Amino acid sequence: MAFLKIEHLEKSFGSTRVVKDFDLEIQKGEFISLLGPSGCGKTTVLRMVAGFETPSSGAIVIDDKDVVALRPNQRNIGMVFQAYALFPNLTVGENVAFGLKIKGVGKDEREARVKEMLTMIGLPDLGNRYPFQLSGGQQQRVALARALAIQPHVLLLDEPLSALDAKIRVSLRTQIREIQRELQITTIFVTHDQEEALSISDRIVVMNGGVAEQVGAPFEIYNRPATRFVAQFVGTLNLIEADVIAPESGTVRIGTTEISLGRPLKPGRVTLACRPEAVSLGLAEGRPLVLHAEIGEVHFLGAVIRVQARAGRTQLSLDTFNRPDTPPPAAGDKVQVSISPADLLVLEA
Amino acid sequence: MTDATLAAPAPEPVEVQAPRPRPSRAAALPLKWLGVAPFMLFALLFLIMPTIHIVLGAFQTPEGAFTLRNLQGLAVPQVVRPFMLSIKISVLTAGLGCLFGLILAAAVTKGGLPGWIRDAMLTFSGVASNFAGVPLAFAFIATLGRLGLVTVILKEVFGINLAATGFNLISFLGLTLTYLYFQIPLMILIITPALDGLKREWREAAEILGASGSQYWRMVALPVLWPSLLGTFALLFANSFGAVATAMALTGSSLSIVPIILFAQIRGDVLQDPHLGYAIAFGMIVITGIANLVYIVLRTRAEKWIK
Repeated sequence: MAFLKIEHLEKSFGSTRVVKDFDLEIQKGEFISLLGPSGCGKTTVLRMVAGFETPSSGAIVIDDKDVVALRPNQRNIGMVFQAYALFPNLTVGENVAFGLKIKGVGKDEREARVKEMLTMIGLPDLGNRYPFQLSGGQQQRVALARALAIQPHVLLLDEPLSALDAKIRVSLRTQIREIQRELQITTIFVTHDQEEALSISDRIVVMNGGVAEQVGAPFEIYNRPATRFVAQFVGTLNLIEADVIAPESGTVRIGTTEISLGRPLKPGRVTLACRPEAVSLGLAEGRPLVLHAEIGEVHFLGAVIRVQARAGRTQLSLDTFNRPDTPPPAAGDKVQVSISPADLLVLEA
Repeated sequence: MTDATLAAPAPEPVEVQAPRPRPSRAAALPLKWLGVAPFMLFALLFLIMPTIHIVLGAFQTPEGAFTLRNLQGLAVPQVVRPFMLSIKISVLTAGLGCLFGLILAAAVTKGGLPGWIRDAMLTFSGVASNFAGVPLAFAFIATLGRLGLVTVILKEVFGINLAATGFNLISFLGLTLTYLYFQIPLMILIITPALDGLKREWREAAEILGASGSQYWRMVALPVLWPSLLGTFALLFANSFGAVATAMALTGSSLSIVPIILFAQIRGDVLQDPHLGYAIAFGMIVITGIANLVYIVLRTRAEKWIK
């Protein structure tokens, strides 16, 4: 039985439908990410769960209770905002205690809880500081502590890392996930950053145009995208145009090379897709599709080297591990690249 | 990869040039400051020099000798009473200006009203906050005077005789009402940016943590605005305390507020004592100076919070 159920949720602003027939079931303690480009409706869904937006239709059920008619202050939800939203007139300790004070929790219990929360986020000595005296990362951790202090049913995270620099983002997202696992709190995380979503989620909802295009575990979303949009939005994708020459056996021709994909295809022209890590430089066992290519740009990324190669009219990206004893290819080198047919996705139009 | 690619590129020959002669600071200064020169000149002639003249005059006899007698003259009832009356009017008009100005500004910034209402109110406030002196006094006499338009309408249409209620425009209450005409718009102009600085996320964060609207205003919004409110109160106080033309045009000399007795001491035929006038002006400078200092300090604090 799902702990949080969103059923046939719709939201329109004027004549514009920004969320269309959105359904989602979230288990207790699950970490779900809403991932999509700007304007896809992910924040609107989150704000409807919080109660800041009223759905045009549909239901939001938390712990068997439809909360659509409830005001935000009646839902017992914790939320962390993109811009921290700490109260500037209150100290860190007072910010964390705010929700408890509103609930009428006694002073001793409040202080103990604040101490516990500040210790949990690793800022036990900053209770007397004001928000303007903290860095962005510290402010966001305090915002997390404030949201969790009231022991909410659900935690909503509205792009909480997007205002932070890259290094802090990585460490804070790890900390958020650890705390979420420890408290087993049901969490919805909104982001447009695929790497964030892939790295910390139990499941990801990829949204586009107000619709959930695919719901699945990060591995599934990345490796088995259900739609062309998901395939293109999540990760880097190589697109290879091919002609189907034997639909029953799934044999296609790419340039002058023919290969069987081992599954039936519609006749005509198809677009095949594969990830950069599915393309090998040189011949490789189990990768019978071999294309002749010329090396273009080579990007040294540290542990990984991303190589651009052109095979006929097809532009390919391929990732190869850095080996200190083997120099990377140089621009203009003529090489062979190999791909396994099993790694090729057939994209629908 | 070849050795050649690993080698550091040879440095390009650098052409050594003689340093260009830089214009001296003294030569650059006039051009840089030319734009603000009129303001500087104006401030020097009409603010700094008169202030110095007043402060020195407050401590001098007509013959130019140092004295504290002028300041002692401030302690007589004929001067203390106007000071108290001025402070009373200033506190009242600043307080009411803050209250009504805040309500109106909050309504147009946070009340979900159409944007054009905000634009219209801010435009009107910009005009009204500078509408003072003889035109304002005349406008109030023409509307709320004994034969004013509103007075007549109230009497003819609604049967309310303002005079019979004891209302007199040329009185403390009348002057207070007249001052509010520019005090409220001034408050709106100053407090609107502070209200805009209240982030939507603060309200939403408070709400999702369980707070009602009134709890949010009591525990977050008003404390955040408090330095701005106090600072604006100080500014409105100073604005009212120094107003002379409106009071003069409206009440003549029947209401003894500080600017009017000051005017009498400097220009009057009977009471003329310019050096007592300097002392009174010095007292006004001190009071408005304190009010403005409070405004600046509190404003700085508010800006630090909401930066």
